[in-house]
Amino acid sequence: MRTKNSSRFKLSEDDKPIVFAAGFVVLILAVGTAYTLQTQGTATLLSPTYLLQQLQVGAFLGVVAAGMMLVILLGHIDLSVPWTIAAAAMMATTIGGPMAIPVGLAIGLLVGLVNGFGVAFLRIPSMIFTLGINAVLRGLMVAHTGGFAPQTAATPLMQYLAVNKIAGIPVALIVWAVVSVAVVVLLTRTFFGRYIYAVGNRESAAYLSGVPSRKVIVIAFGLCGMLSGLAGTLLAGYSTKAYQGMGDTYLLPAIAAVVIGGTHILGGRGRYIGTLLGVILIVLLNSVLSIMQMPESGRQIIYGSVIILMLLVYGRGHKVTQ
Amino acid sequence: MSNTGLHHGFMTNFKIALFKNAAFITVILVFIAFYVFYNLNHPRGFSTAVYIQNSNEVFALAMVAMAQTIPVLMGGLDLSVGAIMTLVNCLASHLLSGSAWQVAFGMVISLLAGAACGFINGCVVVYGRIQPIIATLATGAIFMGIALILRPTPGGNVDGDLAWVLTNDLFEIAATYGFAEGGEASWFVPIAWIPVPLILLVLAAALVWLPFARSVTGRSVYAVGSAEGAAYMSGLSINRAKIAAFTLGGFFAGLGGLYLTLQTSSGNADIPQAGAYTLNSIAAVVIGGTSLLGGVGSAIGSIFGALVLRTISFNFRIFEIDPLLQPLFEGVVLLAAVSLGAIAVIRVKNTLELFR
Repeated sequence: MRTKNSSRFKLSEDDKPIVFAAGFVVLILAVGTAYTLQTQGTATLLSPTYLLQQLQVGAFLGVVAAGMMLVILLGHIDLSVPWTIAAAAMMATTIGGPMAIPVGLAIGLLVGLVNGFGVAFLRIPSMIFTLGINAVLRGLMVAHTGGFAPQTAATPLMQYLAVNKIAGIPVALIVWAVVSVAVVVLLTRTFFGRYIYAVGNRESAAYLSGVPSRKVIVIAFGLCGMLSGLAGTLLAGYSTKAYQGMGDTYLLPAIAAVVIGGTHILGGRGRYIGTLLGVILIVLLNSVLSIMQMPESGRQIIYGSVIILMLLVYGRGHKVTQ
Repeated sequence: MSNTGLHHGFMTNFKIALFKNAAFITVILVFIAFYVFYNLNHPRGFSTAVYIQNSNEVFALAMVAMAQTIPVLMGGLDLSVGAIMTLVNCLASHLLSGSAWQVAFGMVISLLAGAACGFINGCVVVYGRIQPIIATLATGAIFMGIALILRPTPGGNVDGDLAWVLTNDLFEIAATYGFAEGGEASWFVPIAWIPVPLILLVLAAALVWLPFARSVTGRSVYAVGSAEGAAYMSGLSINRAKIAAFTLGGFFAGLGGLYLTLQTSSGNADIPQAGAYTLNSIAAVVIGGTSLLGGVGSAIGSIFGALVLRTISFNFRIFEIDPLLQPLFEGVVLLAAVSLGAIAVIRVKNTLELFR
């Protein structure tokens, strides 16, 4: 990656976010540990059990963020994530049995493909089309469940994937790792991955170079939807059932994680490792604020400030004069 | 175009004007159709009480939609409009009581606070050089945090008379503050039925938006939205236009928040509500004919976009559609409205024109 850097300490524009995000993760751990040492006399944050437990909860956000990144790399955005998660979870628990997880994934994929169709072929801005799809999904689920949380429970397999551990490592974390490896391979080792960056940089140029840009958009949205569906089924397994609004708290953190990780919000640039660090950063920030018993107001302010601060350090755009 | 002659020249100009304003004209016609339909089916349709109730329900959303329009025209997006509205709502719930001067002072402070929030957004975008969508996502969280500090739980103390007259018709102003013979004067009667929020809406559009849109700064906002590089090369002040766009957006959002305070007599730092207002504002802007790509549209279109959105829910109430189906209808209508833009795609002959 680092080919033309003359000076040893000069970071390339793509590496900078990753280094800073990693540094910030360490900073959060240090501050949190100092706080727990001060108040409780223990370094709770640094114990492997605690970290694994936090990362297990973070796995759901991680899976959503992985999908969101594919779409943001295209220069689009998927605002239908909250109800894609809820719809997949609700349908999976409704169907139940061995087909629960395939149904959850299929619902997500279907929603994603519809999103992709609207964005790529109808040329409706993704911001508004996915917003509309989100509203329709909410409507469908409210009609389906009668406005209450469905009484059906998550299947044992869903609960296993979300809660159980293999050799002390949460299965959810393994799922997240598998998704991560798949996305990295997809982005760096396949035609499709290159096409995503190409379309994100300039769709017309990609199209003229023979990239089937509209198909790329449809597939990327499909994958994003499917990963949201996966997160939904896992989440239903984690809380043993699906409920209204279960996906609401995942949309903005997912976007924030992707952007903090150095992916350009207008598309075309960004590396998956950054998204991974972005998710870890947000999860740890949340747990440290929980330990400090920070009220919601303080959380919101710190949350917003961190995003601005991180972007001021490395996410600044070019001047119009350049 | 193949036609010749003087008469056809006029027709062509007319067609161009029609085509340029097609989205704007459509949204007005849709609103009129929906609203007349609603009143025809309402047991007390076409009455002052219905107008008052409806204009109250639409005002805050219309303001937030106007607030959203200006950054969108500039080619950006403001995800903090709902948060600014909520922040001003919480602030105003502390300030709108006491003597007339205190209340007036409180209103001015509230509006200034809204504008200040917008100004901060503008500075982060311009001097921080952070994309508007992500910058306002972050500042929105901060504004929401401040709102929560101001109002950890819903509540407030709002001047009763003021809240009453500003959310009613003109007659109540005259009756409450005793002018125009308590609202009975013969010259006053023909206009006494007009709801105050409707007048405020027209004033906001006529006294704030129109002068801004016609000013150099306002034209610069459109220019930046069309082509930022070209606007810069033409010597327009890009930074001033951007900061002005966000500041005015904050002002409108603040106006919505101030009105919400009067309407509910309280402040409520409700995070889901703020999010819903932000998302609905985007929907209203798009339905109102403003392009999310920037450079095309107007805040007046967005007002009608907000009116259309609200009128749809009014109709739900009338027809007693199963409440469980209402969210579905709302979603389908929103999707159908934005999909209308897809008609243009079918007409495109050169695929490259799609990738703008």
